[in-house]
Amino acid sequence: MADQVLDAKGLNCPLPILRAKKALKELPTGATLEVLATDPGAVADFAAFCRTTGNEMVEQSQEGKVFRFVIKHVT
Amino acid sequence: MEAQNEKPANAKSMSIIVTKGSLDWAYPPFILATTAAAMGVDVTMFFTFYGLPLLLKKLNPQLTVLGNPAMKMPMMGMHVGMPNIVGMIPGVDAMATTMMKNLIKKKGVASIEELREAAIESDINMVACQMTMDLFEFKREDMIDGITLGGAATYMENALKSDINLFI
Repeated sequence: MADQVLDAKGLNCPLPILRAKKALKELPTGATLEVLATDPGAVADFAAFCRTTGNEMVEQSQEGKVFRFVIKHVT
Repeated sequence: MEAQNEKPANAKSMSIIVTKGSLDWAYPPFILATTAAAMGVDVTMFFTFYGLPLLLKKLNPQLTVLGNPAMKMPMMGMHVGMPNIVGMIPGVDAMATTMMKNLIKKKGVASIEELREAAIESDINMVACQMTMDLFEFKREDMIDGITLGGAATYMENALKSDINLFI
């Protein structure tokens, strides 16, 4: 279970990333954030976001039209 | 908890010259600036000429279909363009603006207001071009708080030390 869940379903680029960044900022280092999104672009974007910022993508899955990312707050 | 807002000394930086203030052209600079800031990039936006009104307290970017043949809106299952001659009819731009704003809402796309708010929250350095303010007779009190005023030299100082410089 992630420490916090962010529902970004129905939001389009760049809102899922902006909301996720905001949520991560509030979380202590080492905590995890689960992001739910329906924007297909989020798959590439969250991967790029994690590679660039140094936060860690712990899990990634898809259920129907909903993408799920679990991101560990590293930096 | 560590200080999250402090940018590391080796942070990448980006500057954007924002020269256009119509609804469609307002998106690229604000989307890139807010996303870059979310990715730890130090961002400066320089608003000049028609981009300057994007810093007005009363933000109301409009769309024009004139000279915009690539603008095709989804309507009744089709993509419908607007010939320039139709675009010249009074009220057509207002209608297109309303349609675009409805689409933006329906598709979960951020409004320009929302993105500008995000830009302020993420400490993006927004600079209003002093010359444009004089030229178009805007007063400091017409503009939002949290911006600075400057000119070409202010921009150049930022651009010279930025990793990415964009002109939009």
